[in-house]
Amino acid sequence: MRAKFVLGEVGTGLRRNLTMTIAVIITVAVSLGLFGGGLLVRAQVDQMKDYWYDKVEVSIFLCGKVSEAQSCTAGAITKAQKAQIKEDLESLKPVVEQVYFESQAEAYARFQQQFKGSPLAENATVDQMPESFRVKLSDPTKYAVVASAFQGRPGVEDVRDQRQALDRLFKALGGLQAMALAIAIAMLIVTMLLIANTMRVAAFSRRRETSIMRLVGASNLYIQLPFLLEAATAAAIGAGFAVLSLVAVKKFLIDGVLAETFKFTSFVGWDTVWTIAPVVFLTGIVMASVAAFLTLRKYLRV
Amino acid sequence: MIRFEHVTKVYRDQSRPALDDASVDIDKGEFVFLVGASGSGKSTFLRLVLKEESPTSGRVWVAGKNLGQLSNWKVPTLRRQIGTVFQDFRLLPNKTVHGNVAFALEVIGKPDSFIRKVVPEVLDLVGLDGKEERYPDQLSGGEQQRVAIARAFVNRPMILIADEPTGNLDPETSVGIMKLLDRINRTGTTVVMATHDVAIVDQMRKRVIELEQGLVVRDQSRGVYGYAR
Repeated sequence: MRAKFVLGEVGTGLRRNLTMTIAVIITVAVSLGLFGGGLLVRAQVDQMKDYWYDKVEVSIFLCGKVSEAQSCTAGAITKAQKAQIKEDLESLKPVVEQVYFESQAEAYARFQQQFKGSPLAENATVDQMPESFRVKLSDPTKYAVVASAFQGRPGVEDVRDQRQALDRLFKALGGLQAMALAIAIAMLIVTMLLIANTMRVAAFSRRRETSIMRLVGASNLYIQLPFLLEAATAAAIGAGFAVLSLVAVKKFLIDGVLAETFKFTSFVGWDTVWTIAPVVFLTGIVMASVAAFLTLRKYLRV
Repeated sequence: MIRFEHVTKVYRDQSRPALDDASVDIDKGEFVFLVGASGSGKSTFLRLVLKEESPTSGRVWVAGKNLGQLSNWKVPTLRRQIGTVFQDFRLLPNKTVHGNVAFALEVIGKPDSFIRKVVPEVLDLVGLDGKEERYPDQLSGGEQQRVAIARAFVNRPMILIADEPTGNLDPETSVGIMKLLDRINRTGTTVVMATHDVAIVDQMRKRVIELEQGLVVRDQSRGVYGYAR
């Protein structure tokens, strides 16, 4: 195999077809960028699920002096009611893993921290804060067990599952991810068609050379390899841009903006980026090579 | 070297066969003219030898191999043993004389040192020494055909196929090309030449195979173009 000859042909081919080459590079970059972005969002959702499902609790808010719920018409919760709830919760083990009582003072302290510097914090008083039982479940999906036992019971203002709020967020993120992947797949198909067409044009513009190559007995590999490498090179450049864009998203969007703004959660680390990058890169090259190979089989017959 | 055993070729969507039960035996070192009107089957004959087409029925043997049993990936090896020259030269306009001939060796993976050695030799043989760096459009028709012959012969094939090689050339230039083909034939290469050129066939007195509507109507050693002449 004469590497110099083949590489020379690849260079000539890429330059001769420059506009098409650029088109291939851009579509590959965009489609793989979206593809990688979709993978990144999925990794992020998985990570957040791990992180948050571990922390979520079911909160049983108790009636205070200012509560307006129907179950609170009798006024603030009594000591006996509180003790009964506590006992009932204990009896729900092992579904209930841990029970923690948050007093008004603790709730106030947390509220002050959460809304530090805001007028909300300045105007709040300890009295306004609800007492609550924070219940940690062994399996966060068994929320209904707790809800049915305590919702509407006298002295209980509300039973709230933090998971529900999170699920809404995860659903939104999942939708985003599905959208990114759907667009990415559509773009990948477009890219493959574009590559197929580029190869067709390239094969046509070099039909003199290839017909002579066939005539003098060049092997299929020799005839097709320059075209395949051409497609793979363009795809590799595009994939390189896609990887760069992932790195940029991690560095500037995630680390620079999101992590600074949303300190309550963790974001995907560089290790995730480095696992996704080779997947994206290889997808690009394999996809381009397959598209080129299938086209060439049709247009460069022996 | 080339043997056709009852070869029939019917192209798709055509009722009349392009080649009809043709049986021909061409020995090593022979010089054969293939004559006949347009559409008589000459080109089909040559394409079958190159395995660009496969016969509808019958067997084609080239260089001791039954082409019907030759797998696709071995076709390039077959073609390396056959040099081909066309009426329209088929040179690469963006390559020099040297580049055009070297191309045939580069694409079959021959090393640079080999190419540097044999290309000047073959250019010398076809009478183009001193014109290595010219481009095809700077050459006359006869010279371009010499480049094409050099390219076909540079790998020393056992068979040289020429499809109307003098069809685009004036009679004087054609004589030069025929002398060259004769010289190549004398090195032991089998030459099969399809032609319409009456004067050349009559003058050379070589074997003549005449095709008419796909049938072999004449196979005559030391023949002329037509009986009537």
